[in-house]
Amino acid sequence: MTESQVLPTTYVTQPGAIVTSSGRTLHTDEMIINMGPQHPSTHGVLRLEIVVDGEIIVDVIPHIGYLHRCFEKHAEHMTNYQQVIPYCDRMDYVASMNNDHGYAVAVERLLKIQVPERVEYIRVIMAELQRIASHLIAIGTYGIDAGAFTPFLYCFTDREKILDLFEMTCGARLLYNYIWVGGLSHDIPPRFVEQAKEFCKYFRPRIKQFNDLLTYNEIFVKRTANVGVLPKDVAINYSSSGPMLRGSGVNWDLRRDDPYSIYDRFEWEPQVGKGEVGTVGDCWDRHIVRMREMEQSVNIIEQALAKIPEGNVQAAIPKRIRPDAGEVYVRTETPRGELGYYIISDGTASPYRVKVRAPAFVNLSVLPEISHGAMIADLVLIAGSVDIVLGEVDR
Amino acid sequence: METIQAILSNDIVDAVLLSILPIVFILLYALVTLYTEMKVAAHIQDRVAYMRTGWHGVLQPFADILKLLQKEDTIAANADKFLFILAPYIVFIGTYGGYAVIPFSSIYIGSNINLGAFFLIAASSLVVIGILMGGWASNNKWSIFGGMRSAAQMVSYEIPTALAVVVATMITGSLNLQDVTRFQDGGIQNWVVFGGPFPLVQRLLLLPFTLITFLILFTASLAEVNRTPFDLPEAESELVQGFNTEYSGMRFAMFYLAEYANMFLVSAVAVSFFLGGWTSPFGSFLSGPVWGIFWFIAKGMVFIFLHIWIRWTLPRLRVDQLMYTSWKVLTPFLFVCIFTVGLILVM
Repeated sequence: MTESQVLPTTYVTQPGAIVTSSGRTLHTDEMIINMGPQHPSTHGVLRLEIVVDGEIIVDVIPHIGYLHRCFEKHAEHMTNYQQVIPYCDRMDYVASMNNDHGYAVAVERLLKIQVPERVEYIRVIMAELQRIASHLIAIGTYGIDAGAFTPFLYCFTDREKILDLFEMTCGARLLYNYIWVGGLSHDIPPRFVEQAKEFCKYFRPRIKQFNDLLTYNEIFVKRTANVGVLPKDVAINYSSSGPMLRGSGVNWDLRRDDPYSIYDRFEWEPQVGKGEVGTVGDCWDRHIVRMREMEQSVNIIEQALAKIPEGNVQAAIPKRIRPDAGEVYVRTETPRGELGYYIISDGTASPYRVKVRAPAFVNLSVLPEISHGAMIADLVLIAGSVDIVLGEVDR
Repeated sequence: METIQAILSNDIVDAVLLSILPIVFILLYALVTLYTEMKVAAHIQDRVAYMRTGWHGVLQPFADILKLLQKEDTIAANADKFLFILAPYIVFIGTYGGYAVIPFSSIYIGSNINLGAFFLIAASSLVVIGILMGGWASNNKWSIFGGMRSAAQMVSYEIPTALAVVVATMITGSLNLQDVTRFQDGGIQNWVVFGGPFPLVQRLLLLPFTLITFLILFTASLAEVNRTPFDLPEAESELVQGFNTEYSGMRFAMFYLAEYANMFLVSAVAVSFFLGGWTSPFGSFLSGPVWGIFWFIAKGMVFIFLHIWIRWTLPRLRVDQLMYTSWKVLTPFLFVCIFTVGLILVM
């Protein structure tokens, strides 16, 4: 056969097969490669089984469960609803305040009790500070995934200031056990308001610095724009929430749309991705949504700090928590998305069932869908933009 | 005294002594650069690095090397032992061979051949073979990925490097690095990057093209040594270190020594061709054979500092963007530069 000979029409080739000039087909196989349970980029113990054709990904199969610690089973065996809270901390260990907040709101709704105003204000301040801290980790590690090692350390410097605030209040830096059913474990110390105001003033220009260093850097934009595009309808069908959903252009934020606590008293806007440098719903959009949410959180904190009323934070904590038999599902907006607690009570002092709807778990399920046709280097960035914390995915 | 004279006049002893000098330099320079990299990186990242081993950590590189020396030598079970062991040395040889034609001063050049630049580019291509060997022999899918990508990257960026050197050769008229350096003698205004020692009109016409060529040469040199933003084969968050993954202890140290040596080599190329090599920027003030060594190493270290600075600031390019940059951006620009510089020179 010569090169110019046309192949007979009955010749069947696989897609992507290379046909040599002598007419033989070189079969190209797909390779199964393992992005093992441990990652150098701090996402936790997630195993991604990737089926690749050269550098192009054909399929991604996430394997989870390496960090399963039986949260829901533990919750059933606690003799007191308050005892579940340290376990709630440890699910999403990067955003503990928000976990506790969700659980506390759920049980309070089950008990039909109201907490004092002061408690609500402090809870909002803590939740928003925690949101900033969590987004700082997301942004810092995202920079490392893209190869920029420096923003990580800048983010952690700022995060240390937030952790100082938390340590001053409840003694813990990461797992607080602070937001209890009916109130808080400690009142904020006298220096807290002043230090928090200083932090807000310090942090606003830092956001601009991060944007200059990382977000609008040409190389970073090239790596993340048009990568991992999550269309609006796919996001909604897969029950995405949080920055994943808002990055795809859906204006949905539980703090405004399914209100809990006192978020309606503050002026802030949920941030939505608009496809400024690429398509709507690409990795860059999710990143910029997180950056802008941090700024909105600073707004909320400043407004709350100005208006904290006096009161006793432990006044409404019930001596005995024995809710009537019934069930409740409460969802709150954590930095990762919609965290839902479905609590069934059978009338005794310990919960019958506590089921957690973890946002990172649901957001992760869309990963195979959005990585078709991406390259392996893109997969790292796509997985990073989902912002998973394995403690939450596995519970 | 006579015996020493007799020994030194023996050709073989001379050759051995001359060729040991670069390796002594490389070892000393690697220690300094290790320390510099860690400290500069730390200060860019708003922290301080080593402070306890010696004053502000100056003894840390020794500690690092001692640690690497005493590590267990592990080779993966199904690895290709011979290639696995050979790979680091091939990478080092490729780099070290290039040092033969670098003029450190007016009195020292390892081997004063007429094809200096040509030999340099050819010898530094051996590095690609070593990296491919290292990646393949590790018997690890991720190492293979890293090795393949690195090979593709280094081969593609040889083209802009060679073409940039062609521009400098056209201007200076020689491939011999010693002649190229002498051509730029007389002060900073005679450096090729500012247009070369030509009359004013020609120099102004040449200036934009030599500047662009110099920038392209610098970018290509970053890619040649696998440094961010081109370090995809090495530090990708896929798994540890790409082709380096299975290497530990002294073999890993060998790869890293080779990378640092390569860094200085490509910087030396840029310095010799564009920044006047060992000539003093003040013309005859502070010039001379010994001052030449100082100027050469100082200019080289400025580039090393730039390498480090850029590494800790920028994210990395994806492999296809990397290749796109080389073939569709840098090379066409260089073709235009070659053409225009040629035109200006014959005018």
